Amino acid sequence: MNSHDLRLMANKIRRRDVQAVFEAGAGHIGGEMSVIDLLTALYFDIMSVNPDNPNDPKRDRLVLSKGHTALALYIVLSEKGFIAKDEISTFLKPHSRLNGHPNRTKVPGVETNTGPLGHGLPIAVGMAKAAQMNDEPWRTFVITGDGEMQEGSNWEAIMAASQFKLDNLTLIIDHNRLQQGARLVDTNDVAPLRPKLEAFGWAVEEINGHNMDEICSVLAADKVVKGKPKCIVAHTNKGQGISFMSDDVAWHHKVPNEQQYKQAMAELEEASQ
Amino acid sequence: MNAPLETSSLYDCRDAFVATLEDLAAANESIVAVCNDSVGSSKLAGFREKFPERLINVGIAEQNMVGVAAGLANAGKIPFVCAASPFLTGRALEQIKADIAYSETNVKLVGISSGMAYGELGATHHSIEDFAWIRALPNVPVIAPADRIETASVIKWAAEHQGGCFLRLSRVGVPDLLPENHVFELGCANILRDGSDVTIIANGTLTYRAMMAAAILDKQGISARVINMASVRPIDTQAIVEAAQATGAIITCEEHTIFGGLGSAVAEVVVDESPVPMKRLGVPGIFAPTGSANFLIEEFGMSPSGIADSATKLIMRKK
Repeated sequence: MNSHDLRLMANKIRRRDVQAVFEAGAGHIGGEMSVIDLLTALYFDIMSVNPDNPNDPKRDRLVLSKGHTALALYIVLSEKGFIAKDEISTFLKPHSRLNGHPNRTKVPGVETNTGPLGHGLPIAVGMAKAAQMNDEPWRTFVITGDGEMQEGSNWEAIMAASQFKLDNLTLIIDHNRLQQGARLVDTNDVAPLRPKLEAFGWAVEEINGHNMDEICSVLAADKVVKGKPKCIVAHTNKGQGISFMSDDVAWHHKVPNEQQYKQAMAELEEASQ
Repeated sequence: MNAPLETSSLYDCRDAFVATLEDLAAANESIVAVCNDSVGSSKLAGFREKFPERLINVGIAEQNMVGVAAGLANAGKIPFVCAASPFLTGRALEQIKADIAYSETNVKLVGISSGMAYGELGATHHSIEDFAWIRALPNVPVIAPADRIETASVIKWAAEHQGGCFLRLSRVGVPDLLPENHVFELGCANILRDGSDVTIIANGTLTYRAMMAAAILDKQGISARVINMASVRPIDTQAIVEAAQATGAIITCEEHTIFGGLGSAVAEVVVDESPVPMKRLGVPGIFAPTGSANFLIEEFGMSPSGIADSATKLIMRKK
């Protein structure tokens, strides 16, 4: 998919996300707007996955460690063909398999059950280690939130990935500068991330996490640095694409009212033109 | 059966564990070991020598250790995570819950030096809560073998089992107890000695003490049934109900707090299915004082004579 089509796909996913949150009356809309461009690029340009064989041993893996943005992943998986598109309307309903956090045993395409923060990166290290042991070419990607980098388990995994020389592993930090309750800078400021990761032996790149060309370019296989795990610090905005949500901590899991919903959809539709 | 008990030779079950793991790994290259700098305490030096690429030592980082194992399993490996029980289960409990139990991951958690094996090192190093913590989780069978024969059988079972499990091993020597041809079956208890007056249910390092207690009781004219309950979850409901009905009283012995462990698991079945008087022996809800495992087990009333005394008192409560 070219970058124009990727942008249109991301816009479509944003609109479906806003609609689903509005209808369900819950969700993590801010972080979903933040991560959608990254997920779109991964699933429609970078990763090799097959909805007809979701457990193909040679597939690329994506671990959405910021599992609270599961809805964005569900919509991406539905657009990719892993689940039916009309299933998105069951999000959060009783007995729906589309829980508020992803479940690999229920939803094809989900690799592991995330939700508690700081779990995805260690698991991704294990995946990448297995591929390295087997000398297999598939890649492992993991997306964490920036606030999530406050979890100590991530730094255990960062040390191990470097020790194991996992150059088949890519950590993407969705760096939107906001966590649930406040700005990172006012809570426990893990920024700047680049020098910390570099000090731990990682190759680090910083990009605009909403620029499709930059995302696709930095994630391309030819950008792998031999012997080093890769960290992409993706500078993003929580609530990206919706003016009144963007960069506002209130929208971590706030639900739009009808007027806000209409405005958000109008803005996204205009952006799709 | 009333198996004779020979206690002159005691064996460290870790040796049976690593010997079996090495045999299995030689036959199945998917098997890997994951540890937290615990090569020595988990006796993995031989495994490392034979399969250097298949020993994944993450350093002193238990949360990462369990997460890495989940990722390895996602890619088709069969990881045996080997670490001291208190740190494996305590530090990484949320990883065990989310990454192993909830994600239904094929990871074998091998808790080494469980119970009060690190006796004198103090309560930080005791793992007397692990039955309770892991037993509360779906999808992770909890198993405490009683001797080296059962340990070897449990490791073979674990390698074949599709899914997670928690194997609770000790380093404190125990005698041979089960027959050489014993095959562990999940959720199946073993009646080691039949009896009609009282039932003693134990596992791990306590099973042979239960057998010795039964011998003491026998001399007093009391017929005690002894059940080895390696599988704490799932538990053998039928064996417990039959014991309650046949003997009318049940005493449990475990190297664990009496809150939430084997005794609690047995009591849950007894209360639901066939209420009879019970006594739960174990660590009585305190942090243990300084002392070796064997000292502390006696301190908490679980020497053979201590168990026999409790059994005698329990029988007096039968109607």
